[in-house]
Amino acid sequence: MSLRNLIIGGTLSGVFLLAALLSFLWVPQDVTQLDIANKIRPPSAGHWLGTDHYGRDILSMIMVGARTSIAVALVAVGIGMGLGVPLGLAAAARHGGWLDEAIMRGNDLVFAFPSLLIAIMITAIFGASAVNAIIAIGIFNIPVFARLTRSGALSLWRRDFILAAQVAGKGAVRISVEHILPNVTNLLIVQGTIQFSLGILAEAGLSYVGLGAQPPTPSWGRMLADSQTMVSFAPHMALFPGMAILLTVLGLNLLGDGLRDMLDPRLRRLR
Amino acid sequence: MFAGWYKKGALAAAALVAGMGMAEAKTDIIVGMQLEPPHLDPTSAAAGAIDSVLYSNVFEGLTRFMSDGSVVPGLAESWDISGDGTVYTFKLRAGVKFHDGTDFTADDVKFSLDRARAEDSQNAQKALFAGITDVAVIDPLTVQVTLGAPNGAFLFNMAWGDAVIVAPESIDTIKTNPVGTGAFQFANWVQGDRIDLVKNPAYWGTPAKLERATFKFISDPTAAFAAVMAEDVHAFAGFPAPENLPQFDADPRFQVLVGSTEGETILSTNNKMPPFDNLMVRKALAHAIDRQAIIDGAMFGYGTPIGTHFAPHNPDYVDLTAQSAYDPEQAKKLLAEAGFPDGFKTTLKLPPPSYARRGGEIIAAQLRAVGIEAEISNLEWPQWLEQVFRGKDYGLTIVSHTEPADINIYARPEYYFQYDNPAFQTLMADLTNTTDPAARSAMLKTAQTIIADDYVNGYLFQLAALSVANAKIDGLWANAPTQATDLTAVYWKD
Repeated sequence: MSLRNLIIGGTLSGVFLLAALLSFLWVPQDVTQLDIANKIRPPSAGHWLGTDHYGRDILSMIMVGARTSIAVALVAVGIGMGLGVPLGLAAAARHGGWLDEAIMRGNDLVFAFPSLLIAIMITAIFGASAVNAIIAIGIFNIPVFARLTRSGALSLWRRDFILAAQVAGKGAVRISVEHILPNVTNLLIVQGTIQFSLGILAEAGLSYVGLGAQPPTPSWGRMLADSQTMVSFAPHMALFPGMAILLTVLGLNLLGDGLRDMLDPRLRRLR
Repeated sequence: MFAGWYKKGALAAAALVAGMGMAEAKTDIIVGMQLEPPHLDPTSAAAGAIDSVLYSNVFEGLTRFMSDGSVVPGLAESWDISGDGTVYTFKLRAGVKFHDGTDFTADDVKFSLDRARAEDSQNAQKALFAGITDVAVIDPLTVQVTLGAPNGAFLFNMAWGDAVIVAPESIDTIKTNPVGTGAFQFANWVQGDRIDLVKNPAYWGTPAKLERATFKFISDPTAAFAAVMAEDVHAFAGFPAPENLPQFDADPRFQVLVGSTEGETILSTNNKMPPFDNLMVRKALAHAIDRQAIIDGAMFGYGTPIGTHFAPHNPDYVDLTAQSAYDPEQAKKLLAEAGFPDGFKTTLKLPPPSYARRGGEIIAAQLRAVGIEAEISNLEWPQWLEQVFRGKDYGLTIVSHTEPADINIYARPEYYFQYDNPAFQTLMADLTNTTDPAARSAMLKTAQTIIADDYVNGYLFQLAALSVANAKIDGLWANAPTQATDLTAVYWKD
């Protein structure tokens, strides 16, 4: 079961990752070149997925769009991990202290706001761009990783090997980095995959409402928004970017599930 | 529970009414519209949506526009103009009543004009009244307007929605309960949803054929499409998605009305900001743009190319499109001559309408082909007004100028595109003082040529008026000479 999830998920995510990487070297058609005379063509031999309302090749748009989505989600998860994990480790090390309280209540504060609403606020204040979308999505990843790291670390702090390390004279920082962190890595990888798929959804959502990457940079969400009034006579314009979002998110979720089944020792013991 | 019962009752009543109406032609209409008015006083706001609902339906002026853009008598039956062109004596129609039952007299005209031209007036088009030095009531049906200098456009100015006649008795509540003299009277406004008008039984002219008219506000283009398709609205004035029109056209249930508007859609250029202060750069810009591709790509073929800031359906229009024909090679050469062989970077700030958003993406691609990197930022209207229109913090923008005969904006050096040409300003001042039609026509033609020669802005296309209606509806305006949805002659064919 877990292996099947892993394979399907890994294949789906891998296809889009490869498409994104390939788009740096080659795309069927330059997406900055418009060809108004050939607009809204259904899929054909020349354009496998058809053309959009400016005559751009939709396959090329999806490939370059994958780059935008993946880059935004990846950096956003990076921000979340980079700040969330140290915060979580610190909170666990000072469990019950004022630092723990401050960090966790700060996290609650960020968690309390609907994430998309804050993302819209950030982009409305600082302008719509891919960078601001990254920051907005990244901020919301911080408490996710902070909480996860803290809860994982708390159960470890009570274990005998940590006591041994303390007896050996290691400080809280060294213990956190040398003993706690390696033992929560599995949790982080699984959660990172899930957050990555949520990041792709959030990016699509933000660019759908016009707050993500700005034209002419292609993005899946904007492709959907642009095709909205044309669905009734050109369904391919909405279908393909929609499928791209669906399959990527599905793939990453399956991958996350598969990884959890494989990496989580508790689940492994149950079987 | 109660709400449920209530709804059922309402449904039953609606079914009953619909059943009774089957026998004869319908006498009500629901008109969809994209923008909702912020309030209902056409004489104190620039919002075109106010006029779209109220012009001619509820409020009338001394003169009025017809569908073809001509100006005909409105509340003024006739007028005399003094020999020197400065004194207009208006003879008002007798027996006209406001919707609240009060009489329409010369005092109302004096009140309306004095209010519009007052120091603290909130009127969005104060320039229309700037020339008036005195408004005198001769008798209840005669009013005399004195101008400081002759103004050939005065009767035209009085036809604008900003110059409609309002009554002092109802002015305090005009923003929520507009009281005019039109063939329809205001009934109800459900904010965020609709405005209801009902027939004015005491109308002085040809009475309206409809008993009831509802304006429904649907801002989302997809929802607008669905509403028309499901026949939730009987007509949609100013349909926002031109790409859907072929579908309506092919459907026997609907008719598509394609007319002209006063909307010159232009690539506005900040004439004071380098490098656009260089004529050669602006000329290069003009040659880099392929108008037909923009009309096809952004408007799906609806629109007429223009080469200057003037409506093609106007008899005084000069076709100058050849002067800025699409020629990217020429554009590159001009850029090199101007000292930008490798192009340059600028900003392209776009307001929400699809002509701007889509046109902007196409123009950015066309400019990129000649080396100009235009960075797109999409703005909402308040931001656009703040940054571009008032702040003049932009390189390029796209907007449609929908006011009729508005070439005189080029005589305002502080206007957002900051074009400052004393010769043009003198010409416009002379135009205002000229009443001879032949001389005016010649001056307007010269004016068009001057701004085209100076390549002030990129002139793209005349916005088309696109409306969809049930095939059985007759009497709707196809053209939009001003922002209006005149329903006074609309009826259902059997």
